[in-house]
Amino acid sequence: MSFPTVNITDVNRPYWDGLAEGKLRYQCCEACGNTWLPSRANCPKCLAADPKWREASGRGRVISWVVYHTAYTDHLKARVPYDVTLVELDEGPRLLTNVIDSEAGKKLTPDAPVALSIESEEGVSIPRFRLQQNHGAL
Amino acid sequence: MRGKVVIAGVGNTRYGKHPGRDRIDLIVEAARNAIFDAGISKDMLDGLFVKMANSEPSILYGQKVSEALGLRPTIGCSLDQGGAANIGLITYAAMAIEAGMIDTALVCYGDTARTGSRAVYHRPRGDDAVVGWYSTAAGYAMIHQAYRNRYQPRDEEFGIVAVQTREHGSENPDAHLRMPLTMDAYLSGPFVVEPLRRDDCCLVSDGGAAVILMSVERAKQLGRHAAVPILGLGQGQESWDVHLREDLLRTKAEDSARAAFKMAGIAPSDIGVAQIYDCFTVTVLQTLEDYGLAPRGQAGSKALAEGLGIDGWLPLNTSGGLLSESGTPGMQLIIEGVRQMRGDARLQVKNPGACIISNQGGSMHTHATLVLGEPL
Repeated sequence: MSFPTVNITDVNRPYWDGLAEGKLRYQCCEACGNTWLPSRANCPKCLAADPKWREASGRGRVISWVVYHTAYTDHLKARVPYDVTLVELDEGPRLLTNVIDSEAGKKLTPDAPVALSIESEEGVSIPRFRLQQNHGAL
Repeated sequence: MRGKVVIAGVGNTRYGKHPGRDRIDLIVEAARNAIFDAGISKDMLDGLFVKMANSEPSILYGQKVSEALGLRPTIGCSLDQGGAANIGLITYAAMAIEAGMIDTALVCYGDTARTGSRAVYHRPRGDDAVVGWYSTAAGYAMIHQAYRNRYQPRDEEFGIVAVQTREHGSENPDAHLRMPLTMDAYLSGPFVVEPLRRDDCCLVSDGGAAVILMSVERAKQLGRHAAVPILGLGQGQESWDVHLREDLLRTKAEDSARAAFKMAGIAPSDIGVAQIYDCFTVTVLQTLEDYGLAPRGQAGSKALAEGLGIDGWLPLNTSGGLLSESGTPGMQLIIEGVRQMRGDARLQVKNPGACIISNQGGSMHTHATLVLGEPL
């Protein structure tokens, strides 16, 4: 199996287009203020339609993580061991991502601050993160 | 519902590899054994409840299975609640019996994920596959890591679940994996998706399993003295994906157990044997804690100190569970619970009083609980 294709829909197109433009966007409900990822057609809290997109600050924190030692497809053989990390953005939404400088998860700790660093792979702009050593000092 | 419906018969195939056989063939073999065990005529079955096959979901599956069994049931259906579905189906079958809509139900499952396709367990998980998010194991690894972050357990606290379960499975001639596991071998096992080691992960097996349900009155009428009453049933469907849960270590398993204990009118301290869904070792620790059988963060240390064998603190997965008996979703745990309560289990617990059984599915997305009591 080769690199996975992203299934672009009318609902998630602003997310992937945003990443291609260097922006990480999340959805927000104008009716109730709920914020979330991944994209949906309706607010899962109040069920209002037409959620709006907002640009994230790109700052967040680590919740949990795993380190793959198994390559489940061919294109991942060169990547193992690699981390998949759950990050919560400062604005609330969460996403599964990779922390580029985590040394395959070794440097990860709960609540570690991270900052967005978009990378391109096989033509897909992927929201990844880097550890922020001086969080709060700037 | 308490005590109104009984499990009057159980049957299974050998678990492991069945090359050349299909899942419905395995279901028929298990059903044949359950019908024989219950001592009934096949014609009595007017309810057919089958769990959707993990490796090949399909429409009208309940009807395909009915046809293979030569049945034209009053109620015939298949259900998807992931690995919670077998207790789910028992719940709906018991309700239909109690409502008088059907008389006798066959609840069954069969699959050939071992020799057939196990692609479902290795699948890319939506658009998150672009960051490398693949497999069923990864969701549990995320939960296992969250458990480590919160409680700082020793690795042996997970290992004891695998070691004890494998010891039980080694005594079971129907088990898929009968090779015992030492703690040293557990600890030196390779990581699959860290922190999950090889032996934290359940098997992928071929096999079929079936149980027969009827009202307690019908069982008495038929002279089925070994019929085991259903005392309590509960469900709780977390439903949200692992990474979207506010707390990765909280699902609705707690609510499922609370409902089942309430219906049964018993407390966790009344449980003498437990069959806990052990798709991954962390699931067992979490479930024991959700069920109030151990304090939060302490199921593993309690297991290490007091044992999970048939003479231990809590006899657990006495036929080997998913880690050793069969990597099929949950019916084997129900069957072993019935055998323990009947007193004809291979590794029999003395006077267990009551058995609690958990089924759960997805990445702890679904959960169901069954409490069994002493036979009629």
